[in-house]
Order: sequence, then C-alpha cells, then structure tokens
Amino acid sequence: MPEADSPAPRSDAAPSIALVGNPNCGKTALFNALTGARQKVANYAGVTVERKEGMFVSPAGTRVTVIDLPGTYSLRARSPDEAVTRDVVLGRRADAGTPDAIVCVADATRLQLTLRLVLEIKKLGVPVILALNMMDEAEQQGITVNAAELSAGLGLPVVPTVAIRKGGITPLLGQIDRTLRVAEVEGLAPTPSLCGWSEPSAHDLRDYHREVEAILARSVARPGTAHHATRQIDRLLLHPAAGLPILLVLLFVMFQAVFSWARLPMEAIDAGLSLLKGAIEANLADGPLRSLLTDGVIGGVGSVVIFLPQILVLFLFIQILEDSGYMARAAFLLDKMMGGVGLHGRAFIPLLSSFACAVPGIMAARTIENRTDRIATIMIAPLMTCSARLPVYTLIIAAFVPHRAVLGGWIGLPGLVLFALYAAGILSGLLIAFLLKHTVLTGAREPLLMELPAYRWPRPRNVLLGLYERGRAFLVRAGTTIFALMVVIWALASFPAAPEGASLPAIHYSIAGMIGHALEPLLAPIGFTWQIAVALVPGMAAREVAVGVLGTIYALSDKAGDSLAGLLAQSWTLPTALSFLVWYVFAPQCIATLGVVRRELNSVWWPVAMFCGLISLAYLASFITFRVASAMLGG
Amino acid sequence: MDMSPNEFLSNTVGVSLAALRKGAAAEIVALDETASQVALKEGELERRLIEMGLIEGARIEILHEGFPHRDPIAIRVGDHTIALRRSEAKAVRVRCLEAHDHARS
Repeated sequence: MPEADSPAPRSDAAPSIALVGNPNCGKTALFNALTGARQKVANYAGVTVERKEGMFVSPAGTRVTVIDLPGTYSLRARSPDEAVTRDVVLGRRADAGTPDAIVCVADATRLQLTLRLVLEIKKLGVPVILALNMMDEAEQQGITVNAAELSAGLGLPVVPTVAIRKGGITPLLGQIDRTLRVAEVEGLAPTPSLCGWSEPSAHDLRDYHREVEAILARSVARPGTAHHATRQIDRLLLHPAAGLPILLVLLFVMFQAVFSWARLPMEAIDAGLSLLKGAIEANLADGPLRSLLTDGVIGGVGSVVIFLPQILVLFLFIQILEDSGYMARAAFLLDKMMGGVGLHGRAFIPLLSSFACAVPGIMAARTIENRTDRIATIMIAPLMTCSARLPVYTLIIAAFVPHRAVLGGWIGLPGLVLFALYAAGILSGLLIAFLLKHTVLTGAREPLLMELPAYRWPRPRNVLLGLYERGRAFLVRAGTTIFALMVVIWALASFPAAPEGASLPAIHYSIAGMIGHALEPLLAPIGFTWQIAVALVPGMAAREVAVGVLGTIYALSDKAGDSLAGLLAQSWTLPTALSFLVWYVFAPQCIATLGVVRRELNSVWWPVAMFCGLISLAYLASFITFRVASAMLGG
Repeated sequence: MDMSPNEFLSNTVGVSLAALRKGAAAEIVALDETASQVALKEGELERRLIEMGLIEGARIEILHEGFPHRDPIAIRVGDHTIALRRSEAKAVRVRCLEAHDHARS
C-alpha cells in the first residue's frame, strides 16, 4: 500500500474535519446529518477504501469539509480500512489533506472503548472534539452522562448530539466553529508528521484504560446493566438451536421478497419501455437509426434497467440488516461453521454483500485482517449469486419454470428454483474455500474478537440515502458502460447487413453471428446455441448484458413481437436452459470483479487463477447438467 | 438449588475464560497470550484483547454460546458485548464470581 512519505501540504481552502469512531457508533448518521445530500463517495488513491466526503456551512458561515473515516478501535491499524483512518488522522495521506480538527464520535450508551481511542488521538496534538452521540438512547436507558465532567477529565470539548433528530447537532456545529477559530488564532496548524506517533504498547493501552475508567467513574452514572433489550433479543436470535434456523429463514424471506416485491415496479418499467418503443416506431421511418433506438438502446439498456427494483429490494435488506446490528450476529452464528471450511465469521459480511454485487463484497473483505483468510473469501465471492445474475435467472426461470405454488401454496416454484441456484453457488463456494484453505492458503485463522453492537431500529433516512447511492451507481453504470456496450453489440449484430434474398435472420450474417458461430463447436457439448455464444462474449463485460444481447439477437432474428422469455421457451430445449443456468452459477463473467480482485490483492496471479478456475468449473458443471438432463428427458 | 460447575470454581483463582459456560460471571485477573494457539505476532493478541476492553480487573459475564461446540462465545464487558472464540479466550485468565453477584439483572 503506497503511503505518502511527506506530510500533506496544508491547504488554505476550506478547513476540514474528520469523523473518527468505533464501528456502529452512529458516525454515518452524524455524517449524513452534517452534510445532508452534499456528499460524494470516491476511493482513496492506491487503496480501494471508500472515501466519503461532504461539506456543510457552519453557523459562522465557514464552509467546512467533512471526511467520514472507516470505524476503528485503535490507530494501530489491523486492516487496510483502519490503515486509512490512521493515515488520514496522522496527515499521511496526500489525497486527504490534514484535518484541521478531529471529531471523535462516541455512542453515549457505551463509552469505554471509544474513550480509549480518544485519548490515543488526543496525544497527537490535533484539536479534538468529542461528540456524544445517541444521547436520547442513553437517557431512555437511564444513563446519565455529565458532559462537563467528561470534558474536564479528557481535557477536550464534549458535545452531546442526537444525529437522528432535527436540531440534534446544533451544539456540535457551534463547537466546530469555536475549535476552528481557536486553532486559527493560536496558529495551531496541524503538524502531525512531527508528532511522532508510534504504536502504543500493551502497557500504554492499559494506562489509557485505567484513565478511561477513572474518568467514567466521575462522569457517568448507569443503572445496572445497559442494553437490556438487546440482551433479551439476543437470547432468542443467538440461541444455539434457534439462531441458525432464524438466520436461514431471514435469508429465504429476503430472496422471496426480491422476487415478489419487485414484480409490480418491474412490470411498470416494462410497460413504460414498450410505450416508448411504440412511440419511436410510430414517429421514425424504418432504418438503422430506428433499429439502434428500439433494438439497441431500449431493447438492450431497458432489459437491464428493468432489474433496478430487484437490486433495490436486495440492498434494502442488506442495509437494514447492517443498520440494525444483525450482521455482526450473523457472523457470530456462522463463525464455527465457516471455520469448518477455514473461513472467518467476518467473511459472512463480504459474502452477503456479494449477493448484491461481488465488487463491493470483495472490497468489504478488507475488514478481514489476515491475508490468506481474505484471499479465500475474495476467491469465492463471485460464486455468491450477484444481482447481475438475477436478470439471467429470472429470464430463464420465467421462460421454463411454470408459475406454480408448491409446499402447500406457500412458496412459488420459480422462487424455489432461484433458491436452489443460490444454494448451488453457496455450497460450491464453501467447498472451494475448503480446498483452498487446505492446499494453497494454509495458515491459522484470524481471531474473531469483535463487538456485537446494540440492536437499533434502522433510520429510514440513512437507509434511503444508502439505497439512493446504490441505485444511482447502478443506473450510471447502465447509462454509460452498458449503454456503450449495447451500441457496440447492436452494431456487431447489425453489420454487415444480410445479403439480398437471404433466408436466415440478418444477425446470422453479422460479425456477432460469425463470432458466435466460431465459438459454437466449443460450446455445443454443453448444449449452447450460437445465440448464447454470441451473448456470452459481451456478457464478459457484465453478466446482465447477456440478457440485453439475447434481447437484441432474438428481437433482430425473429420479429414476432413476442416477449423474450416466450421466444426462448420456443427456441431452447430444457437441457440447454438448465445448462445455461448452471453456467451462470460459476462463470467468471465480469471484468469489474476480476479488476477489483487484481486491485485488492495487488496481484495478477489471483484474478487469472480465479478466471481459469471458475470457467473450467462452469464448463464442467454445464456439461454434466446438459448430459444428465438430456439423458433424463430422453433427448 | 442446583450448583453449576462454575460455582465450584468460583473460589479458584486463574481459570481460563475458555472453560466457562453461559451465565458465568468472572473478573479478569491476567492476560497470557501464550496460552492461546492464535497465530499472531508476539504481543498482538494481548493488545487486541485490551483494545476490546478485556483487561485485568474488568468484570465479564458470558451471555451467549455459539453452535456447535458452544463456540464462539459472547461476553459482556462493561457496556460492550464482545464476541470471541474459545481458542482466543484461553489467553484470558479469570477469577469466577458468584453468578448473581454482579451480572444477573
């Protein structure tokens, strides 16, 4: 990881503050409250840690830049995420500048661990403000925090905040103004490079702890045990026998919801696209432009955009599980079993994120400190069915699986097939992790050692902001990368035009047709037609593109005006459809994933190994599926 | 009233945290990372334990046990709930307290 050797130059532009705190202390809620929608998410140069930056205008009229740093318990960084926090706080990152002040965010209901971090940061000599967040919750639990006493004990300003309430951060804004003004007047320009921070020893840490204990004894009064409700809920959710079944039911409900909730909005988008297509066809003369707009753009991009509702439902669940505090419980519940295949319980979070998209999932693996654990997690992340595969699964399921209720009418057959596809990915992923951990990636497991945060109701505002960010990213991708690819594919599929008096569909004579036909012999043993072969080539860029391409190919080759699912049901055999589904469980068809693996592991070897391994697996699995299905159906 | 094995141990000094069962309350008396087989560089596990609040004098209570083999465990340390594996808990030496003395609410 590149680290700037020289301290970042002090800019004369807007002063900046950095938010630092333990994970789950409400830091993101505070960041959202400070900046509203004025935030941007990018990456730190050289490392792929998400960089969240925003700005606000303080009561005194100063424009202040805010950086939200990854949660940590210590400046002694153990993971790439925590290393970024340390480097920004120490002013070692040229792309982040040196913060003029640090706002430590603490959950007022559990101060101990944050205060130890605060003492560590205070030693750096940068102005520090302690924001006592979630004061409302502390009051509800009967915890009284004497801010003045705490401030005297720590030797820095302490401001109570309620990030989720209107006006709950007004005192903090005032304090930021005062701190920035004092820093300016006193010329307390941050010189962190000179502060000579070094890793605290166990002895130092014990000293900090004793100091925190003494301060807490003077400033905080709490009745009995805190977080009583959380303990009661955990009694059930972490129950040795009931915990895992509850988790599985939760995941199953999530997958059913992805299908059922998204259905109406998807039908609406579909209807809207048909209207648009109709309008264009009515107003444009037949020709290349009309074909580009209707078949290339609407047919291609539209068939991807239509899955936005499903992606949003999936992200909604993940966001709620994360915000409520259940994610850490899932890691707890699964740690022993994941340990069976050599994975860390914490691998659950990256793997679950991979169900939305492997790219953020692989990036979330940064919280796994141990490199071999991390590599094993990253290598199997693409096997977790990402939402880009959903368009393909839904299309094939819609075409070949009848809409029938099974198991007493509670579960639809399409949902059951989808669940089986997810399960196939998960099980093979675990198997591969097991093989990797017992061959190339041997080594001890990293300690579990993590906090189980108190349960909280997810805040609609934070959930919506998170959903908005993800939905936007998806649409931007559909609007740029996928759009560009669609136009290229449309051109490949349209030129050269069919000769006069041709008997076969035009695409047969195009470049795309030639590539497809060239690949056909290779893919014939697994039951793929040349249309599938054509779709797989651009599908390399992004899995969901394959649906768009199939849409384009079939719309171009057969102008029946039928739905794509209907067309496929007519032209594919069931073994071919099954083989195609199985191919999609394994095939590493996503340049973005391979790119992020290369970046995250800083190695070319691993993405190459991933590609070769997964494509062989896909071919093998599809081959077996096709042969077995053909034999059983008498094909 | 039935006596749990923990109550028999309550007078013993320096039991491993890894040996305790759900409901047990204890006070940490020492950290000894050599007792754990966790492969980290020297001094690392000790510091991580301290950073999570597991420090001499801290009162803890075992709240939950995982599955299978009752592993990992979730313990209450002050106002925090910390999850750790029994293999890591071996590094924590505790003195057992009466279960209802401090933690039962």
